[in-house]
Parts: sequence; structure tokens; C-alpha cells
Amino acid sequence: MSQDIYVVIEHLRGQVADISYTMLAAARELSRATSGKVIAVLLGHNAKNLARDFAADQVLYLDHASLAEFTSDAYQKALAELISKDQPRAVLFGNTSIGADVASVLSMRLGLPLVNSCRSFTSEAKFISQICGGKIMAEGELPSPTALVTMVPGGYQPDQGKSVESPPVTESAVPALEALRVTLSKYIEPESADVDISKEPLLIAVGRGIQNKDNIELADALAQAIGGVVCASRPVIDQGWLPTSRLVGKSGKHVKPKIYFAMGISGAPEHVEAITQSDTIIAVNTDPRAPIFNVAKYGVEMDIFELVETLTETVKQAK
Amino acid sequence: MNATEVAERSFEAKVLEAVPDGERLRLCLECGNCSGICPFGYLMLYPPSRMIAMMRADRINKVLETDTIWMCVSCYACTAVCPSKIPVTPGLMTSIKEELLLVGNVPAELQNALANSQRYGNPLGESPRKRADWTMGIQPEVKVMAKHKQPVDVLWFVGDYASYHPRVQSATKALARVLNALGVDFGILGAEENSDGDSQRLAGERGLFEMLAEKNGRAFSKYQFNKIITSDPHAYNALKNEYPALGISYPLQHYTEFLAERIDQIKLLLKRQISARVTYHDPCYLGRANGVFDPPRELLCAIPGVELAEMTHNHSNSLCCGGGGGGMWLDGFQWEKAHVRLSDWRVREAINTGAEVLAVACPYEPPRFEDAAKTMPGADKLKVRDIAELLAEAMDV
Amino acid sequence: MMNIVVLAKLVPDLVEELTIDASGAALDLTFARWIINELFDDHAIEQGILLKERSGGTVTVIAPDLEGADDVLFTAAAKGADRLIKVRSDFSAANNHAVARAFSAIIKGFQPDLILTGVQAHNDLDGSAGPLLAESLGLPYVGYVSGVALADGKFMVKKEYPGGLIAEMEVTLPAVFGIQAAEQPPRYVAVSKVRQAMKTSSIEEMDASDLDLSGAPEIERMFQPEAAAHAEMLEGTPEEVSAKLVALFKELGVL
Repeated sequence: MSQDIYVVIEHLRGQVADISYTMLAAARELSRATSGKVIAVLLGHNAKNLARDFAADQVLYLDHASLAEFTSDAYQKALAELISKDQPRAVLFGNTSIGADVASVLSMRLGLPLVNSCRSFTSEAKFISQICGGKIMAEGELPSPTALVTMVPGGYQPDQGKSVESPPVTESAVPALEALRVTLSKYIEPESADVDISKEPLLIAVGRGIQNKDNIELADALAQAIGGVVCASRPVIDQGWLPTSRLVGKSGKHVKPKIYFAMGISGAPEHVEAITQSDTIIAVNTDPRAPIFNVAKYGVEMDIFELVETLTETVKQAK
Repeated sequence: MNATEVAERSFEAKVLEAVPDGERLRLCLECGNCSGICPFGYLMLYPPSRMIAMMRADRINKVLETDTIWMCVSCYACTAVCPSKIPVTPGLMTSIKEELLLVGNVPAELQNALANSQRYGNPLGESPRKRADWTMGIQPEVKVMAKHKQPVDVLWFVGDYASYHPRVQSATKALARVLNALGVDFGILGAEENSDGDSQRLAGERGLFEMLAEKNGRAFSKYQFNKIITSDPHAYNALKNEYPALGISYPLQHYTEFLAERIDQIKLLLKRQISARVTYHDPCYLGRANGVFDPPRELLCAIPGVELAEMTHNHSNSLCCGGGGGGMWLDGFQWEKAHVRLSDWRVREAINTGAEVLAVACPYEPPRFEDAAKTMPGADKLKVRDIAELLAEAMDV
Repeated sequence: MMNIVVLAKLVPDLVEELTIDASGAALDLTFARWIINELFDDHAIEQGILLKERSGGTVTVIAPDLEGADDVLFTAAAKGADRLIKVRSDFSAANNHAVARAFSAIIKGFQPDLILTGVQAHNDLDGSAGPLLAESLGLPYVGYVSGVALADGKFMVKKEYPGGLIAEMEVTLPAVFGIQAAEQPPRYVAVSKVRQAMKTSSIEEMDASDLDLSGAPEIERMFQPEAAAHAEMLEGTPEEVSAKLVALFKELGVL
């Protein structure tokens, strides 16, 4: 039994996922309330070097050939043993394709309570989860003895979970990983066809305010700098400036990105109905009464051409 | 036997039974008028005349493998020009869409609208509880029958888009104010009103149509009123031509008919001039399908300052806005196939009349025409206004 | 002949306004409309039926007895499900741990080769039902699945990762999969077909053992995040606004 907060690091093909750092940042906040340590748990094979920038007090490293890449069965077995042995105060998982395959199973296997979709912790070690498509927040005491928690992004900055100093790494014993029922056969690379805007987390949307085809490049430059994809309202698609696959609106796709950055879009209902599931809408428009400002969380009253190049430069410098 | 085979075997019989004069199908001359006048006929692999030929050749299964029938907007243009008076739209086109639906050949957008209609009673997927939310702020208050509990003279069947669509709501509110100004004793069903189901029926979902009609029928039977008026020509068509066969029959008027009967009373209230050249778009289901051409024009001409100009296609020759027969829920699909919109065509005609106002009388139209006008050269000064909005403006209510 | 079981969960419809009850710690479900967890469980049903059509077998769809369950089950029958089961208990206040335990006791008796359910639901406060069910049954679980095939006595499943990367996983039978998306979008069934299914198929009712709610956290309070009625306007020169936007992008975790 300890007051430590364990964070199960997520990585694929040698890349540590951002949610890992978000969780390290969350764990730091939680550890202050529990007066425990932040322990990063890294499962892998010859992967110790991945631990170099974790903002953790310690890294527990579990090495096994069957842990080289994520599979649910092997992760569950290895972590079940570790958690039963160490009994930390909480174990954080991503609410992701990796963490969600493991956390619920361990909850049932070990008889430990599970908090799902946690966004942040309070200074009194309470969890705040978001449910019902983000419409409702639920708050409660971190359950005992060991709380398993799956985390969604948004409550903490991944940067806060990074450190310039490498934390000490301790190897931890791995149980026999035999008779595994789930094994990785291969990875299939994403198709190189046009992007599916309904699945993109960051959309730079252009409307009639973009004026002509050449100006699409300005939006593209911003999108590339920030790591997003350009999409458009109907007038732009009608002109043939972007393919139909990029159309957002009544006759196009409904989207639900983390950020919908609307440039020169007035916000006609045909368009707005397709973007309401976005986490955050930011709108730039010259007309302060444009209806887009009624659905946007943040607004800028400005000509997009005054802003876009400066913004692109600022984004590049910030990276 | 798979679903396609079932469909194939009985398709002709189904068409013949679908409408009272279904057997006229056998009188097809293969003149091709139907396919020629069809606004999207050039894109259909099997436009109506070819489909009839395929049926005669017992090869309707080939037709069921294609998806271009979903270009049909049930505008009745084919039906209006058929020299053999074949009920092409209600018989042939609706039946073939029913077959497509049964074999699961349905564009995703349309599925969505149909699923919404099943679950929420409206194709927009809005909460039924919010169906009367548009009445907020209207004085005197709009009576919702479940709450009012008294007989009314007129039951207003508002319709889906008129109830929920933010643009169309302004026309709905205008009509409520006009009715109030005229002292009409009216009520609405509010949350108890379901989609009239007509466009769903014409998109092939007969079962859904019947389900919705039964729900509306039950709601009607709970209250006392003398007649039904509706803002929606699609609801008008359903209530007038389809509901009676299901045992749901009430005196019915489109709001333009109802108001035109009170033209003398209205004239006294029209105190403001609207000095504008106005052109009027005949909605398919008010005009061509049901012969209501004059009342909307009488109302427009009664407004001081209005100069009515006709478009090239008018009255029974009117062009479809593209929203009928499920077209309202196939915008993306049809755009992919056509890269042109029927509403563009209509707005161009409106511009050519030199009109400043394109007057409409169907809730599908304001968003469709306004959307088209956004990108149409020369349309920057064209305003799309429902007749009710023009009347309310001229009455200053 | 594959024996496929699909667990179809029902969730409160988010189209209606959500309110919090007098306790302040739970949703007021008095007027909730219970619908299928459509983004995911509808796909699980579709995937089950696609597998049946491709490889043969039977599809059993099992749902909790909430208002709306009959619609879900008859619609599944119209799509091709063979057996419909409604499990009776007070599920409106149940959590996923309880649902998983109750359903595992029943599903075990069917000796399925494959159990499908949606990968998540919007009210999963204590984890998702799929992995909880898998562990209750002692079966392997893979979630975020967008394709299932049976080959050489094993399942080959496609598991989705962010950015479009897919992992092909080999899984022994029997197994539980959390479906992210069926191999093709759920089919539409005409109302006439559903009405016909209501006449030709029947729903078996089974009783769940007492619900064991342990494993879920206790909720002390629920609240609605504040919604902006109007955008918060960022003022300044283009340079100042850019700096504010970049700070915002960072805060929102995209930079």
C-alpha cells in the first residue's frame, strides 16, 4: 500500500503518445494531494530510452519480448501483477485504444474501482470526469484502495508532463507471459487517400471570406504549421477550390474536432449544424454580429487576411 | 430467394396497385417526355421511360442495382407532361424507391433523415419537446392544444422545417402574427405534431409514412376544430391526398388559400408599402401537384407597391427547388452526381426577371434559395421572402 | 457455424436537455428517452450480421429491459438477427460493472464464439461494458475494432489507433470485441420490415441476478460545464491576437 500515483505510459512503434505526458502532469497534481510519488510505468522491449523526458520521480520499466508493442492480454497480465504487488494509490491510463483495453479488465480482475473519462483532479484529490458528450461533469472522491483511472485530454498540458532531466529507471519483474490469447500480427499504414475531416482533431475552416482560390494556400500554410487540415463551407467547395471531401455542412460532413478554427465563415445554420460537436470553436470574422460568434467559444473581429500570415508565423515560432 | 428477387417478381404488380390509375403504366408510348422534362433526367441511368422499358423487358433488377434514381426529387414534372396520363411520380418513381429501400440501396444522408423521423418524428433529429419553441414571444400566445383544452376554429399543422429550421421559423412567426392580426382562433399541436411523412413516403418509406400519419391522426382526433391549415405544401399534399385513405380526413387549406379568402380584411391592414418587383416560385406540391396557383399571387398583388413578375417557368411549369421526394436529405449525394443544384437554376431565373424579392410559400425554400443566392452572380440584391413574411411586414406586425 | 452474441446497450438520448436530479449527484432520467448507443452498439449489431452473412452462424442480440429495448431488438431482427433477448432488472440506475456481471451470467449459458458490443458509450463512468464483460467471462478483449474475420480457427481483428494506423491482432476463440465501426455503415431497415419483424419474431425475457454495483466510483456532484452564449472576443493587433491564439492552442493541447 502506497500513496504513489502510477502512470501507464502509452507508446506505439517507438513514439510516446501525448496522453502519457498529460497523465504525468495530472499525476503530479494528484500526488501533491496524496503526498506520494509520481511513477511512470513503461512496458516494452529494449525501450528503456523512451523514458528520458518523463516528468516523474521514478520510472518502473517492465521489459519482455511480448511487451514490445501493445497487446491487451500481455499488458493486462503484466500490470495486474505489478498493481497487486505495489498497491499504489492510483493508476492512470489513457482513455484510448490502449488504456481502455486494459483498465476495465484490471478493474474486474483485481476488484479495484475504476473512474472513467477523468479530465482533471482537484487539489483535494477529487476526480472530475466528463460524460454525456461533454455536457455533464461528474465529481467524486478518488476511490480506495487503489483507483484505476482513465484520462481524457484537455485538463492538463502535455508540456507539464515533460522534464529535461531523465528520471531514475528501475527494472521491475515481469510475470511469465505465456499462452497469450491476443497477439499483434502486423500494422497496416493509413491509406493515402484524402483525409477524413470527420476524424481530424484540428480543422482550419475557410468560408466565402477567403475570396479566391489562391488564398486557400494561406489557410494551408497555417494548417501545416499547426498540424491541422483545411476544410470549407459550401461556397468554397462550390467554386471547386477544395474537393468535396473537405465540405463541412448540411450537404457535407459533420465534424467533431478538438478545435474548429473558422476563418471568414458567417455561421449559417446549414454550416453550424455540422460543427456543434466540436470541442472548441474559434472564429475570425469582420462582422461582429456574424452568427458564428454565437456558437464559437472564442472570437476575433478581424479581416482574415490581416491575421492569417502573422498567426502562421507565430505558430511556427512557438513550436 | 433474396430480396432483389422478391422485388423483381412483384414490382410491376406493385406499381399497378400503388395508385388508383396505376394500370395506365401499360399505356406508355415510350415518347420520352418524362425523361426529357426531368430536371435530373440526363443523369439517371434509368429515367422514367427507360425504367418502364426495363420493366417490360423483365429486367427491373438491373435498375435496382443503380443509385441514380435517388436524383428524383418527386417534382411531378414528368407526371404533368405524360400524354398517357401515367402517374409517373406517385406510381412508378415512388414504387421503385420503395424497392431500393427494401434492398438497402439508400444513400447515408437519406437514411439519417429517415431514422430521425422514426425516432423523433421529424427528419432534422430535433427534440419533439422543442417543436413549439418557435412560439416564444408571440403575442397573443399561440395556443398549444394539449394545454389549451378548448375547441379552436383552425388547427394549424405547422410542419417540420417551419417548426425547427432557424431561417424558416421567421416565416412561421410571421404567419402567427398575421393570424393574430386577423383575429383567427387557432391552435397548434406542438409536441404532439409529427412529421407529415410525405417526403419520406415519396423517398420510398411507406411504412414510416403510415406510422407518422397514424400518430398525427391520433393527435387530431383528441381535439375539436373546424379545419386544418398548414404552412407546408408537403403536409398539404399528405393531408389532402394520402391521409384520407388511412381514415384521417379533415377540411384542409394551405395558408395562402386560407388568407386569400380573407383578402378584403387583409387589404385593410396592409398599411406599409413594399415597393419591389416580386417574383413568385410555385412550390411543386402546392402548384403542379395540387393546382393551387392563384391564392399566393392574389396575396402578393394585394400588397401596396408590389409589382409581380413571372419567371420563365411558372404555374404548372414551375421548376423544383430540389427539396422534394427526399431531395432535402440528398443534397450531398445529388451534388456529387450533378455538380449543379436545382435551386441555382431557379434563382438564376428569378434574377432574370429583375426581381428584388423571390417570394415563396414552402418551408423547404428559404434556406435552399438563400444558399443558392450566396454564390450566384447578380443575386446579391435578391431577397428570399415567404409570403407570410411579406404580409407581416406590410401589416407592420 | 459461428455463435455470435451482441450486447446492445441503451443510453439516454442526448438530443433532450440533460438535467441533474435533486440529489445533485445523478442525472434526472424521469423523462429520458433510451436509445441504442448508436455510434457504437449499432455498429456492433451490423458487424455481427455482416459476419453471419459472410461466414454463417447465428446472431443473438441481448439488451437490458429499458423503454426502447423492444425497438432496438425488433430492428435488429429486421436486419437479420436470429434471437432476441431482453434482460429484466432495474437497469436505469445500474453501472457498467453491474451490467457486465449480470449479462455475463446469462451469456455464459449460450456458449458463444464471439461477443460484440460498442467500444464505448457516453455514460461510461466506470469503464466500458465490453472489457468488463470480457473479464467477467474470462475471455480475451480487444477494443476499437473496425473489422473482424475468422481464419484458421482464430479471429483476425483490425484495431484502430489515432491517425489512421491499424493493428491487425490475432485473437483466440471465444473472444469479446469492442466495436468502433462496422466494416460498413449500419444498414437502414424500412419501417415495414421492422413491423413485420414484430409479428414474426419474439423477444425472450430473462431475469438478471441481483445487480452487484461494486467497482464504480461514488459521485458527489454533477454539473454542467458553462456554455458560452457569445464568443469571448480576443482583442488587439494581429500580432497580439496571434500570440493569444497560440497560447490558446497550447492550452487546448494542440500545439
